[in-house]
Amino acid sequence: MITFPVNGWRISPRQSNYPTLTLLAAILAAVVLTTTLPAFAGLGEELSSVQADQVHIQGTLRTTQKPSYTIHEIQAPTGTVVREYVSTSGKVFAVAWQGPWPPDMRQILASYFGQYLQASETQANSRAGRRPLVIEQPGLALQSGGHMRSFAGRAYIPEMLPQGISAEAIR
Amino acid sequence: MTDLRLRLMVVIACAALLFTVACGGTSHSNGGGGNPGSNVQAISVNLGPSGNYANGAFTSVTVCAPGTSTCQTIGGVLVDTGSSGLRILSSVLTTTLPQQKAADGNPIVECLPFVSGYTWGPVQTADVQIAGEKASSVPIQVLSDTAFTVPSACANNGQSLDTLSALGANGILGVGVFVQDCGGACVAKGPSNPALYYECPASGCVVVGEALSQQVVNPVAFFSTDNNGVIVELPAVSGPQASVSGSLIFGIGTQSNNGLGGAKVYTVDASANFVTTYNNQSYNQSFIDSGSNGLYFLTSGITGIPVCSDATSFYCPTTTKNLSAVNSGSNGGASGTVNFSVANADALFKNNPNASVFDQLAGPNSLSGFDWGLPFFYGRNVFTAIEGRNTPGGTGPYWAY
Repeated sequence: MITFPVNGWRISPRQSNYPTLTLLAAILAAVVLTTTLPAFAGLGEELSSVQADQVHIQGTLRTTQKPSYTIHEIQAPTGTVVREYVSTSGKVFAVAWQGPWPPDMRQILASYFGQYLQASETQANSRAGRRPLVIEQPGLALQSGGHMRSFAGRAYIPEMLPQGISAEAIR
Repeated sequence: MTDLRLRLMVVIACAALLFTVACGGTSHSNGGGGNPGSNVQAISVNLGPSGNYANGAFTSVTVCAPGTSTCQTIGGVLVDTGSSGLRILSSVLTTTLPQQKAADGNPIVECLPFVSGYTWGPVQTADVQIAGEKASSVPIQVLSDTAFTVPSACANNGQSLDTLSALGANGILGVGVFVQDCGGACVAKGPSNPALYYECPASGCVVVGEALSQQVVNPVAFFSTDNNGVIVELPAVSGPQASVSGSLIFGIGTQSNNGLGGAKVYTVDASANFVTTYNNQSYNQSFIDSGSNGLYFLTSGITGIPVCSDATSFYCPTTTKNLSAVNSGSNGGASGTVNFSVANADALFKNNPNASVFDQLAGPNSLSGFDWGLPFFYGRNVFTAIEGRNTPGGTGPYWAY
């Protein structure tokens, strides 16, 4: 599942008509997306389990069918693109992102967020220095790089890569 | 060289630099500032205030309550051409600065995502003085997890960088190509806003649209002169060193000491990227960044260079690799070959525990390209031109070297 920052907006009285319209549009968009497009899930999750999260997506969704997996690509209104790679059994085995700002890492890494957090904290403890984050652990590979206004990265579950698919295909 | 001699050299280097560049200290002054009119600020690559930094260029910055002589000089601030804006740890800031407030009086607080986490803390206003230059009443970020509760949307970026141990510096001096850290995206209201700026009433923080003039800015863009960019000058090094000294020079072609000379201009795109070509593949999200502490490029799968077994952020070839790549401007123009070497990072750190300068430190990045970090700067004068500003090499943004 994925949430882009749309909640928590402070609305002044003179703007009070817009949120109603926006909400209506969001609900309509969500209904359209849920009925015509596949859902969007986090790393390791079942694609079918997250239909409800569509409500939070205010971007456009596109799917590309490959022989042994499907790419679900969402373009958020912030300009950031997230691609999730779904196996034929319906599990998200990889996610990739690119755009002016990082996506919500907790959302796209789902249950792997804790491992990501721990690895990034541990790496800061050796020699200090700003650098891309690279994780190569059993169950999680992640590369995250970029700079202000330009971020890119990917994460995948090595054991779940479809046979014959190289990690370099995930981008 | 023995450890003892190296350690002694570090101590001497730190003592010599303490008052100008600082190996961690801060000092108070009335009036602050450096040489009047000078556009040259000393920088030093050293272990930094955390004592374990590799390839960090540090300097000192004076912040003053706007329009007053109540100032504080803070050392151990990382010089970062890959970001824009001054950010200071609240734990080292002892001068009280005015808090920026929204129209309704609520304090403005920022969440800034970095690759490895986020900085969170209030936006405050300061006169920023570096060398003989001064930016009056500019917004800066004061890094603190405790002044305001971190919103979950911010914490979802990863680890907090608001402590000395996580940041490795007392602050970050962002002197990159952008005037503001966020720009137009953060002015907009609604879902296109990337949620960097919040207002924080007692009930909790909510995202706000932040005017450009209120955003945290590259202070160089607000100097009264020498405000079109910077040059980072560091000497060539060969092998690990305890520390090296260099200069951060303000302005491009504005004084006798900051002309482009023979430097080639490499244009960058709207995202501050250019093109690096390696093994006949072009990577158009490549960039130059003094705030990255190594040469980070591609992945082990593409380069064939193994990552270190205990530190997967670095490459660990069995023997040093001598490689080359070609940089070119985002819309054509200049191109040039860069030769670089990748040493075994485990061996570099193990054999040189007290060194801070590593010209052959490298690691993987992502599939998107090359991150030319501080090793690229050794032996080059690297110009960073600010967006929209005129220079003898054309209008920024660009890099030149």
